[in-house]
Amino acid sequence: MAEMFESKLGIDEKKVEKARQIAKDIALDVVSFVNQYSTVSVERTICRFFGIDGVNSDDVPLPNVVVDHIKENGGLQDGVALYIGNAMLETGLTPQQIAEQVSNGKLSLTKLPMHDVEEIKSKIDELAQEAIKLIDEKRQERERMLSEIGEPSQPYVYVIVATGNIYEDVVQAQAAARQGADVIAVIRSTAQSLLDYVPYGATTEGFGGTFATQENFKIMRRALDEVSKEVGRYVRQTNYSSGLCMPEIAALGAMERLDMMLNDALYGILFRDINMIRTMVDQYFSRIILGYAGIIINTGEDNYLTTADAYEQGHTVTASQLINEQLALLAGIPEEQMGLGHAFEMDPSMENGFLYELAQAQLSREIFPKAPLKYMPPTRFMTGNIFKGLVQDALFNVVGIWTKQGIQLLGMMTEAIHTPFLSDRYVAIDSAKYIFNNMKNLGDEITFKENGIIQKRAEEVLDQTIDLLEKMRDDGLFRSLEKGVFANTKRPMRGGKGLDGVFEKGKHYYNPFPEMMLSRKREER
Amino acid sequence: MSGGLYSLEKKDFNKTLDLKAIKPYGDAMNDGKVQVSFTLPVSDGGEAVEAAKQLMKKMGLDNPMIVYHNQLTEAFTFFIGYGECVHTIDYTSIKVPKVEVRTMTMEEIDEFIEKNIGRKLVIVGATTGTDAHTVGLDAILNMKGFAGHYGLERYKWFEVYNMGSQVPNEDFVAKAIEVKADALLVSQTVTAKNVHIKNLTNLIELLEAEGIRKDLIVVIGGPRITHELAKELGFDAGFGPGTFAEDVGAYIAQEWVRRFGGKK
Repeated sequence: MAEMFESKLGIDEKKVEKARQIAKDIALDVVSFVNQYSTVSVERTICRFFGIDGVNSDDVPLPNVVVDHIKENGGLQDGVALYIGNAMLETGLTPQQIAEQVSNGKLSLTKLPMHDVEEIKSKIDELAQEAIKLIDEKRQERERMLSEIGEPSQPYVYVIVATGNIYEDVVQAQAAARQGADVIAVIRSTAQSLLDYVPYGATTEGFGGTFATQENFKIMRRALDEVSKEVGRYVRQTNYSSGLCMPEIAALGAMERLDMMLNDALYGILFRDINMIRTMVDQYFSRIILGYAGIIINTGEDNYLTTADAYEQGHTVTASQLINEQLALLAGIPEEQMGLGHAFEMDPSMENGFLYELAQAQLSREIFPKAPLKYMPPTRFMTGNIFKGLVQDALFNVVGIWTKQGIQLLGMMTEAIHTPFLSDRYVAIDSAKYIFNNMKNLGDEITFKENGIIQKRAEEVLDQTIDLLEKMRDDGLFRSLEKGVFANTKRPMRGGKGLDGVFEKGKHYYNPFPEMMLSRKREER
Repeated sequence: MSGGLYSLEKKDFNKTLDLKAIKPYGDAMNDGKVQVSFTLPVSDGGEAVEAAKQLMKKMGLDNPMIVYHNQLTEAFTFFIGYGECVHTIDYTSIKVPKVEVRTMTMEEIDEFIEKNIGRKLVIVGATTGTDAHTVGLDAILNMKGFAGHYGLERYKWFEVYNMGSQVPNEDFVAKAIEVKADALLVSQTVTAKNVHIKNLTNLIELLEAEGIRKDLIVVIGGPRITHELAKELGFDAGFGPGTFAEDVGAYIAQEWVRRFGGKK
């Protein structure tokens, strides 16, 4: 870090460096492990980048058709790219036409005569360049709109729409933007994360949300562009690059100019029981795509505190943020795109709880000075007493502005009752704006008492973080998760959903995107 | 100044409590005061406010007052209102089914099981179906518990299997058979559009098909769950908000003894 390290918490810079170094060791270990593998979802992502889209007569997406076809014929270890490149050379068809023929049973990709590998690779690279060009355009489009329309100040006001119908979501999203929302997250249907395919087309149903599809991304982006111009502020769209289709959804997000995506393998492992190898391999590729596309990632550390105690387990959040930071850096994500997560989840009956929340949030701020931290509202201790709930959310907002959080997911006073009403969102935005404006520079004015409650708490959390990270480095991340280090939840390395979609890369395996995207990122710097 | 606040008008209602005809209490017996907030799909303006007042009248709220109104977006206006409820309820005629259980502490429950049953009771808990919420389940089961009330895992005389969220009913039943469960705990948070009803009914059907329904104590819990609903769906008990582990634990222990008799 080039700048002078300044700490209001009085934390020792050397300790932070040490913690970061340990986290880096852990992350390097993970990446060298995942590099040996690919997954069916990574391969489907390549199909999508090559322009394969649509569904067959049974509503199975063509990327699934192609990958399953190659898998059934025993060719998956070489990766789909080689087979598609080869088929193009052999037949002169486009990837989409090839996928359609495979779907109709007219073409068997593994039975075609194989061309020279170098010749195939150069064909693949051509295709990959086209996909990258599209992502570049989307990225430039965002940059242009941000400068022309306007970039909101941080913390970005982040709200959720969850009607279950994309067209109804659009109405709510535009209304929220007019009331002051900077980021709109379109909640997915419950359990989409466990689908091993991405649904197709516009969707008007789902439980507690609607499906993440390319068409839905497009519909919402159009509506947000429209309202952005009206309110004079670029309004960001968020969705979920998580679950069994993590990299595929990252690709769709990159192609449809999403601005932020939830992306955290640890969350999937702990809370959706997704196999850890599967999702770590998927995450690595997702992050390369998201980093390249200029999409801010949101990590899910806040969730640990919904099952584990926020006071006792505060250090697990910090440890996980450090690991997530290193995993992101290795995938080419700059700090400015790291929405590392944490939450205001301590028991409200705790004496001085607010001070501990403040210490934790300030600690995140100081350890990750450039990251647009994603701060999550109270949920666990929201009771249905909406009047008290509004106060809990207000305290959360005070910490948010005070410690300069990047992305503030607004709490709803009706949390634990229903998905937000139009009016719930209004009340939340109105009161958050009041606090953000009224206390704007509080953080610049106030320092913390030396060796007071706040400074001591921060030091304690940092020390515990280093202890935990050291243990995790000895065990490795996978073994640590088996032991239940996060969220008091244990997951076996060979258990969970999606392991059957993982395969070891063969001798000829080729995926052009990681190298292309990472090397271009390096050139930029 | 509007008429309601600091009104010096003489109030001409009967101020004595009559349990056969209760109504909301604002700051005087039988004043009927109620606060409401809602959104109407029209733009703000005089007509919108009048519409809101007329709606409140139809809700049975006399002297409706709109104290705040604000346009949320084009063609949607939010209102906060106060009115006086015209309806009354005969409180003496109300009967609500409740879980019949003697309140006990963790220590008392452990002692009760040790003395009356003499072996650990096996509990399997899960959030079933597509529901991904585990906060309620964890509050009841996890060692740590919730708000200072330890979860059932901490009890000496319960053996607890917490299967987490999004558990298919089939897997849940298979686990119950595998570990010879005495009680099943189902947590349901997502109840929007009644998605939980079908899933809960399906669980009972599965248990009956396996012929083990009668051997098990089967309970549900969740923010929108009532004992009445639980009974209706074929469960033994339902626990709503404000339930702690010891409420569930005491019920399971006492119900087991009631149903299967004491120590064998």
